[in-house]
Formats: sequence, structure tokens, C-alpha cells
Amino acid sequence: MAAAAEEAAGSGGGSPASARRRLRIISGHLRGSPRAAGQAPLSPSPCKAQDGSAGPAASSIPKKRQELLKWNGWGYNDSKFIFNKKGQAEFTGKRYRLGGMVLPTFKEWIEKTFGASLEHKTTSRASLNVNDVPPSIANEEFLQDLRATEISYSQDAEDRVFRAHGHCLHEIFVLREGMFKRIPDIVVWPVCHEDVVKIVELACKHNLCIIPFGGGTSVSSALECPEEEKRTIVSLDTSQMNRILWIDEKNLTACVEAGIVGQDLEKQLGESGFCTGHEPDSMEFSSLGGWVATRASGMKKNIYGNIEDLVIHIKMVTPRGIVEKNCQVPRMSTGPDIHHFIMGSEGTLGVVTEVTIKIRPLPEYQKYGSVVFPNFERGVACLREVAKQRCAPASIRLVDNAQFQFGHALKPQVASIFTSFLDGLKKFYITKFKGFDPNVLCVATLLFEGDREKVLQHEKQVYDIATKFGGLAAGEDNGQRGYMLTFVIAYLRDLGLDYYVIGESFETSVPWDRVLDLCRNVKERIVRECKEKGVQFAPFSTCRVTQTYDAGACVYFYFAFNYRGISDPIHVYEEIERAAREEILANGGSLSHHHGVGKLRKRWMKESISDVGLGMLRSVKEYVDPNNIFGNKNLL
Amino acid sequence: KELTSKKRDEFEDILEERRLSSDLRYAMKCYTPVIYKGLSPCKPNAIKNVVLQSEQVQYVIKQLAKEMGESPDIIQEEAMEILDEMGHSMQLGAIRFFAFTLSKIFKQLFQRVCVNEEGMQRLQHAIREHPVVLLPSHRSYIDFLMLSYLLYTYDLALPVIAAGIGKYVLLVVFSGFRDFLGMKIVGELLRRAGAFFMRRSFGGNRLYWAVFAEYVKTMLRNGYAPIEFFLEGTRSRTAKTLTPKFGLLSIVMEPFLKREVFDTYLVPISISYERILEETLYAYELLGVPKPKESTSGLLKARRILSDNFGTIHIYVGQPVSLRTLASGRINLCPYNLVPRHLPQRPTEDIQEFVSDVAYKMELLQIENMVLSPWVLVAAVLLQNLPAMDFELLIEKTVWLKGLTQTFGGFVEWPDNLCAKKAVMSGLTLHSNIARLVNGHVVLNDKGVEDGAVGEIVFKRALAILMCGTYRNQLLNVFVRPSLVALALQMTRSFRKEEVYSSFSFLRDIFSDEFIFFPGISLKDFEEGCFLLTKCDAIQTTQQEIYPTDKGSVVLSFLSAMFRPFVEGYQLIFRYLSKETKEAFTEKQFVSGVRNFVFQLLEKGNTQCYEALSSDMQKNALAALVQLSAVKKKKASNGFTYHVNQEAVHKILDMFDARTPVQKPVAARL
Repeated sequence: MAAAAEEAAGSGGGSPASARRRLRIISGHLRGSPRAAGQAPLSPSPCKAQDGSAGPAASSIPKKRQELLKWNGWGYNDSKFIFNKKGQAEFTGKRYRLGGMVLPTFKEWIEKTFGASLEHKTTSRASLNVNDVPPSIANEEFLQDLRATEISYSQDAEDRVFRAHGHCLHEIFVLREGMFKRIPDIVVWPVCHEDVVKIVELACKHNLCIIPFGGGTSVSSALECPEEEKRTIVSLDTSQMNRILWIDEKNLTACVEAGIVGQDLEKQLGESGFCTGHEPDSMEFSSLGGWVATRASGMKKNIYGNIEDLVIHIKMVTPRGIVEKNCQVPRMSTGPDIHHFIMGSEGTLGVVTEVTIKIRPLPEYQKYGSVVFPNFERGVACLREVAKQRCAPASIRLVDNAQFQFGHALKPQVASIFTSFLDGLKKFYITKFKGFDPNVLCVATLLFEGDREKVLQHEKQVYDIATKFGGLAAGEDNGQRGYMLTFVIAYLRDLGLDYYVIGESFETSVPWDRVLDLCRNVKERIVRECKEKGVQFAPFSTCRVTQTYDAGACVYFYFAFNYRGISDPIHVYEEIERAAREEILANGGSLSHHHGVGKLRKRWMKESISDVGLGMLRSVKEYVDPNNIFGNKNLL
Repeated sequence: KELTSKKRDEFEDILEERRLSSDLRYAMKCYTPVIYKGLSPCKPNAIKNVVLQSEQVQYVIKQLAKEMGESPDIIQEEAMEILDEMGHSMQLGAIRFFAFTLSKIFKQLFQRVCVNEEGMQRLQHAIREHPVVLLPSHRSYIDFLMLSYLLYTYDLALPVIAAGIGKYVLLVVFSGFRDFLGMKIVGELLRRAGAFFMRRSFGGNRLYWAVFAEYVKTMLRNGYAPIEFFLEGTRSRTAKTLTPKFGLLSIVMEPFLKREVFDTYLVPISISYERILEETLYAYELLGVPKPKESTSGLLKARRILSDNFGTIHIYVGQPVSLRTLASGRINLCPYNLVPRHLPQRPTEDIQEFVSDVAYKMELLQIENMVLSPWVLVAAVLLQNLPAMDFELLIEKTVWLKGLTQTFGGFVEWPDNLCAKKAVMSGLTLHSNIARLVNGHVVLNDKGVEDGAVGEIVFKRALAILMCGTYRNQLLNVFVRPSLVALALQMTRSFRKEEVYSSFSFLRDIFSDEFIFFPGISLKDFEEGCFLLTKCDAIQTTQQEIYPTDKGSVVLSFLSAMFRPFVEGYQLIFRYLSKETKEAFTEKQFVSGVRNFVFQLLEKGNTQCYEALSSDMQKNALAALVQLSAVKKKKASNGFTYHVNQEAVHKILDMFDARTPVQKPVAARL
């Protein structure tokens, strides 16, 4: 105990530094110097495209996304996993803490877990073949009208392909090896609410199909264009509507244009000493409007709440006109909350243009932590108790043994003999002295936030509960690495794809009493389905409990397998994912906690919300958008 | 579909090794059974505690405390007592004791105990993967002793057994010990060998039900040991599979349906006896003489039994059936998602239907792998040729029947290289108490008292026929579909397919408690029957019609004769009911009423249907009439009472006697 406790206590002192570090991870992606304070006018100004200036505030993501981001994978061009000349795994770039580091045990882990071998490699096409891209269909009258509005647009193939997909496995696979059957015909970049109004009017006039595009991080096939759509498809990219229009310090709210991406929102609010605290794992790229449209959830929801708790006011442009409330109040009793028609509408009703969102002063202090449990059952019991006592820290997550080992494999080379000695000692203490089985134990990672004093008090409370469930404090560093992993894990799929390994994550929410059964059964189902479908090597199937609520938890699964010897891996993959989802539903889990339905999970909507429920949603759609202008075919 | 080419495993005699090596060493062997991969090791007593503290039991305790205004502690104590009463306390010592004793006894009683080793291997694999439920057929008390003995021999985890507690618990084979050990000690020994007991009836006792159900489910969820119980609920006195009971099955299915376990394996096990230990006892029971003083107690003397020969036992361990596979795509689990899982919840109709289907499916699998000995064929032939039959003719007919049985998919085990004569002869020797060879003729052993009263003669004869029938009965579930087609052909006196089908369907309904039919697939059963008859060239079918072939009459008349005792028996019973004048009667009154009625007819020589004396047939007939709403079953203060709808019974009787044609409500589906 001593070693681990000391480690926890010892690093307690240096914690403000680590808190900064975390903020740096998030904000570290910004290139160049911070903008001068005066550059971003925090005033409700109308559209400023007309004055010919740069227009929107400088965004972390450029208008030509492909200049910074991978065209056929996740994230930044410069950040990826590679095997260096010595055959060791390495993460490139300087954006993440893991950047430039060598991961000595990672290769072995991959080989052991997937039976993959570095000799068997697949390669993606080097670049997009413009000739494969379906031609843009757009009639001249519309283009003339569009030009008259002076809204920026493009019919460039790359621009269109980039907005034809999210990040589902099959979408990335198509990018690497094939081509989408249908992609947007034209991309438009409105810079303000009024621009959006004009575009929607044009679409109604010319009977076009609009698919709103925010950060492009969808994992529900929500961005895929319906193949049978004959009308011109307009991809409405909100990325240039990214200003904070105003900050109201008295009421602690901010009005923000919906295209802003998470990292910019937090950075810019941070300059004024505020934050929203909404941090989905995709926050580097996903946008405020996207969060609203999918009912997003953030890692720190225990303090700040999920998107539905954060939103005060929404402005949305629909074919019927603009929908919004008349005031910005914390709660109102005026019939069913119209925000709940908008949140989760997944782009089927209109475009969210401006959102008033709650803000909080930046926390004074942040501290990571971690706890080792002898097994997953004890870990879940502990999380349940923490939830019961309502003392959950900003974030608390429990990873199962497979994921713990996975995290372990991503440990960078240690700098000194002393650290490695210390690691060895810790391991000895936990496995030999405390008798934890390294193949059974699991780890909870924690993030505390707030006043320094309260954080320390809170920390003690949580660790005390953990002790009752056989938990051992396992240091700040393990905790922090756990959170870092969620940012880099998305990059890992691209590496896997190079070596015949495909994978994906999916999530659900479930009542407390069914958490264990659901986790076990879904993992087992995946293993079983893989076997039946002829997957040669046992799959990697792992889960973590990522959110706690009063009445249940959110569970996140990772699932990947080596597809060598299978002729149609994507089809097999999809069948297994579908089986896993059926298993989730049979175990009393939900269709989705925060990823949304899109087109991927539509088939289960009826059983999820009943016939009448579906009819209610349909009738709203019919009233708001009778001509199906927002025709992405999600949800219903 | 190919019914004869079903591949079945080879048998291995496990007694052979016992006869060659030391039983003591066998009993003391290193015993490290394969266990469930997700097992959390747990002592029997700890399990009781887990059960007592479970949300399910605690919920019922609180409910009862509230309703009865008593303190929960008192009810909790009551629950503890229940647990102690039923709980097993498996101990290696007791198991070794049994291993030793049973080796000795089995070697005395049986020539061979044959097991399909591949089945045991499959079982071993299944036990490791998922919780396992063993579902053996139930013909004798030997069943569960034998099964435990078998699992011990193959180094598998011994099952925990849900067995009835009460007057029958005392084992026939242990009656020898009874004198100096006493009933309690035998019970305790069984307990330590892994048996746990349920009260035979605990209707309405919610606490008992909750504790019992939770006890079973806890052992299942933990994968503590395979659970074993009998779908038939009790020993079949007629060697004919009884219709399934659903209570225990729905308990063991629940953990899967609530997704508390990933899957559950159901393993049908068919145990066939060449000669049933309790055969005489059963015949007496069926005739309503529960404890014939002189004769049976003498029969049951351990020494006498141990000196007798009971031939060969065949145990066929079937393919484990995955409950998950059975349920896939068929069960809507929503109801389970909307109520906390520990609350007692009445299963939805869907689920009840599913449980019933699973039960029938498992019983049909049991039947499929029941081994039929030559004697079974002999008995079937003999019963059609009473009072005496030429020995050579008997052999000839037996061989003919063997072929027919195999055509119908029956699992005939004819000892290797044994000529027909020897096979029949050895059957006769083994069953010399039932039939014997006199002057080249085979006759039933029904002459107990040479010149007794008429009643005594009828009784003796009935006894012999019922005992003989016990063996013929083992064929019936294999033969029932083609035979009902044959009977229907006879009844309708028409070749129109739809009319034959109507009659078939009517007979299937009438006999729904007598034979095992998978619910709701009347048409499929009909087609199967026709297919089998076509296969043995007994009939020809066209689009609309069914014709018997010229040479088919032998088969058809044999088949209808085989089932004639049931047709005639049911007719007698229905006739009795049609004359019933009482407003309401109990089952007991009904049984003794029919018995007297039939007995009188037999004495007068007005019928030859001795089998109508069987209480089993009488109860089945009554149950069928309840199903057909010709008799109303009402709950009364002490059990059930029955009320006859005269008009409906007459109508059924008329159709049955073929005086009026069967209505054809179902013909449209053809």
C-alpha cells in the first residue's frame, strides 16, 4: 500500500501542473501563437462576410480540412502510430503527450492479441483518385442563385468526398479501398445564421437535399448520403460559423455559433476565464451543433452535465422557418420542451445555427487518480456505491482487464532505471503482496476538478469507498494515461487497418443491476459470433464503464479482430456488430447512450421507442420538413 | 428428411471394467471433475446463505411479513428451515461410499451398463462452457443413482438433483439397508451425494417456492454443478414418456431469459432398461393396489432382488442443446427489461409457450434415443396374439417388426451376431416372470392361482398384460404418427386426404396426453406419418388421396392393432363418463368408478380390453376431455373436481366409434 499511496500523495503537490498539462493536451493542438485578445470581437455582430475580412474566427480546423486532417483516417495528418526502423511502435507528431515516444511492448501486444504480424500488411490508396468520384450534379439556376448570395461554395471532388462520411469502419474502409456511391454535389460554407436561412430558402425553392456537416466525427453512418437521393445534395458545412457571439458573466452563459469545434470553444472561453466543461472524446474535432444534434455526452458530465443540461437556448433554421424560444431561462413549463425535438434530431429537421450554453469559471485545480481492483465485479460495485453516495468525481471510469493490459502496452519507454525499478516494485506489491491476479484485476481512472481543498477532500472520500471494495490507489500517472488513451485510441484503428485488423467502438447505457451481466454477455457474444463467422483468431473484445448515473451507467465497448482469411471482412464485421447490439438490447441496455442512431441503428428504433413514439417523431418531421429537404434519412 | 440414417454413437459397457478391477480402488480414485469455466468456488453451506440473502428471497420475506403482520426475522428463520430441509451437502466421502456400494449392487443387478462415450465427451465440453441441465428420462429410481455413478466414472462434476421428498424417497435398492439404517440416514446419504429435495406439493406456499427457485437458480448461475431433474416429474409407470411438467424447467430457463447467464445447455438423456426393476410394483399401482402386502414386500426383499437378473441398461447422453439457440429470434425480452429482475414475475404467454415447446422438444429427443431391446418387439407381437403364440411365428414376426421399427427411426439394439431365435429366447428368459415357452407356444404368465374366483383371474391376467404392455409401450412414441394415420384410414373408410387428416387430427387431440406430440404441428405430424407409411410401401399418396397398397394391409392392420387397446380403452372410459350422473366428482372417484365399470365388463367377458384398467390411461383420457372442453375442471377446496358436459362427451364418443364422421375444421389447411 505504502508505495502506491506515497505515489498518490507525492504527486498531489504537483497537481496544478498536471492540471495545466491536461488543458494543454486539449489545447495543445493549436498551432501558432494565441490570437491577440482584441481579435475576437465578443459582440453580437451580424454577418461579416460582406466586409471581405477573414470572416470567422481563426479555427483550429481549416476550411480545406484535408490540409490538416487525414483524408482516409482519423485525426491530424502528422499524428499516427507507426513501426519504426527497429520494428518498435511509435506515435508521431508533437500534438499529444505520446508524440515522439517509443512504445516498446506494443508490438508484442498486437501480435499476441490479434495474431497479427508485421509481415502481413495492407496498404491504403496513397491518395484520392479524383476520377472515381461521382460527378457533381447541380443545376445552373441554383448555382446562379447561390452565387448571388455570395456564400462560399465548392464543387471540388476532395471537398465533397471529405464530407461524404463519418468515421464508421465501413466508411474508412471505402476511403482506403473503394468509393462511395453517392456523395454531396456541392459544399457550402455559411458564415452566420442569415447565410443558413438563405441556403435553406434556396433549397426549398429548387428542391434540394441538405445534409448539415459539423465536425465529421459521426460513428452512426449519419453523414452518408442516401444512395437513392436524386436531388442535388448540398453539404452544409457549419465550420465557418464558429464565433462566440457574447458571454454573459452574470448569468454564466455564452451564445456561440454552432459550427465551433470543442477545442476552440474551450480555448476561447478559457481566455476569458471560463469553460463549458463539455468534453466528449471527439472534442478536438466535433462541433457544438453536432453535439446538440446527437445528444452528446461529455467526459466530465458529473460536474457540468450532458448537452441537454448545458443548453439554454437553441436557434434552428428549418424549411418551415426558424424555431427558438422567446427567453433564455433555466427551465420553463410550456408543454413538451421543443429543445428535445431538436436535440437528437440528427440533421433531419434543420440546421442549428446558434446555441446559448452554460459556462463555468475555469476550475482552480485538477487532479487525476487511479484505483486498482482485484476484479471487474468489485470495480463495478465500487462505482455503484460512488454513484449512490453522489460523490462521483468529474470523471470516473472503470476499464476491464483486457483494456488495462491494452493501456499497459501503450506505456512509453521509461526514461530512467529508477522509474522502471519503481514500476517493478509497484507491480510486485499489487500482484504478489496483495495477491491481485494480473489477468483479472481492473483499473478505475479518476479526474477531480474544483477548489484545491475540496478536491483533496473529495479524493479522500472516493478512495475511502474504493478501499471498502478492495481497491488500491494506483497513482496519478496511470489515471492520466487512461484519459490520454481515449484521445489516441482513435488513431489506433488506422494502424490496425494496415495489418488486417479492423475494429470499432460502440456504447450503451444500462441499469446498475445489469451492468455486469451485460458486459459479460456482450463480450462473450462477440467472441462467439467471431468463431461462427470464421474469424481465425480470437477477437479483442473489451469494455469500460465510462459514466455513472443515479440509476445506471454508460458502458463502452471496443471490439477488433484480425480478418486475414476472410473475403468480406466489412460484412462480417457488421454482422457481428449487429449481433452485439441485439445482445445489448436483450440485456436491457439502450440503443445508444450518446453516439446516436444515424442510419446504422435505425432498424431498432421501433422496438426502442414503440410504434406510437416513432409516429410522434414522424409527425414532427412531416410538419417541419414536409418535402424532406433535410433528407439524410437518419433516425426515422 | 431421413429418419433411419440418423447417426448414433457407439456404446461402451462401463461394468466391464468394474468386473476386472478393484471397486475399492475405483471408489478411492483421484476425482478431479471438470468444472464450469466461470465457476466461483463455493461450499454448499455458503450457497444456502447466498440464497437466503438474495434479493429475490428477501423480497418475498418482506412481502409475507407485511401481509401476515409478522416480523421478517421469523419468516427468515422459516426460510432457513426450508433450505436446510431441501439443501444438499455434497461430500466426497459420501460419493465414494456410493461409488463403492453401487458398483457392487449394479454388478449384481445388471449384465451390462452401456453408455455412449461420445455423449460423455460432449457433456464434458458443455460443462466447461456453460451451466448444464441434465434431463434424463424417468423409469426407475435407479435413474439418478445411475447417472451420478456414470458422471463419477467419467470424472465429471456430480449433478445436484431435484428429487421429490415424501413417501417414495426410500429406494428400492436400499430397502435392504432400511432395516438397520433407517429412512433418515438413507436420505442424508443421498443429500451428501448431491441430491436436494423438493416437497411434492407446495401449492400456494410462496416462501417455499421462492426459496426453492432461488436455490436452483443460484446453483445454475454459479455453474456450481450440473442440475438434474426429470421433465416427466415422476417415474413413468408405463414406460411410456409422460407429458412434461413445466415448473422446474421454467426455473432453470429463467437465468438465461433474464440474461444472468450467457447460455444454458439442456442435455436430454435416455435411459432404457431391458428389464425395469419396479415392473411388478408399477403394474400393481396401475391397477390401484398400491401396496400389495404379501406379494410385493416379498418381491422387494433386497436379497431376492439382488439375486435376480435385470439385463442391460442403455444410457444415451444426447447432444447438448443450447437454450440460446432455441430462443434466438423467438423471444421478446422486453417484459424482462421493464421490471427489476428480482421481482417475482408471471411469465408472459410467449414465454410459457416457449417453455412448453422446449419441454416437448427435449422429451422427443429423449424418445429418439431410447434403446429398444428385442424383448420390446417380442412383447408388441405377443400382445396381438394372445392367449398363446407359436414360437417360430413369434420369431418371424419379431424380425419383421425389427425392420419396420428401424424404418420408423426406432433405435433397435440387437446384440451383435445374435440369431433371431437366441435373441427372442434370451428375452423370454430374462422376462420369465411375464411369459414363458410351453410346448412350442409362448404364453403369458397369468395363472397365479389355478382355480381362483373370476375376479382373481381377471386381476392376474390384467397384471400380466399390463407388465407386458410396459415393454410394448416403449415402441409407441416411435410408431404413433404412422399408426394414427392407419387408424384414421380405418375410421374414415374414405381415401380423401382431408378426411383422413381430420380423423388423424381428432385422434391426435384425443391422445394428446397419452403420447408425446410437439404442440401445434398436427399437419406436420400427419405428413410424417404418411411419409413413413409410404416408405414401407403401406400406402400410396396422390395430391388428394391416400390409398393402402395391396401388401400394405399387413403393416396397417398391425399398426392399428398395436394401438387398439388405447382406442378401445378410451371408448370404454368415454362410455363410462357418458353414463356418469354425478354433478361433480374427483379424480379419485373417477378412477375407481371406471375401474369397477371395466372390471365388471371383463368379468362378464363383454370386453377384452384389460388395459382400460390402467389408472394411467384413465387419467390421460380424462385430461384429454378437459383439453377438449368436454369435461370441466374446477378448483375446489381440496383439489380439483370434474364436471361432465354430456352432450360433448357423446359427440366425441360418436366420432370415436366412427358413427358420425369427424368434422373437418382443419381440412382447409391441407
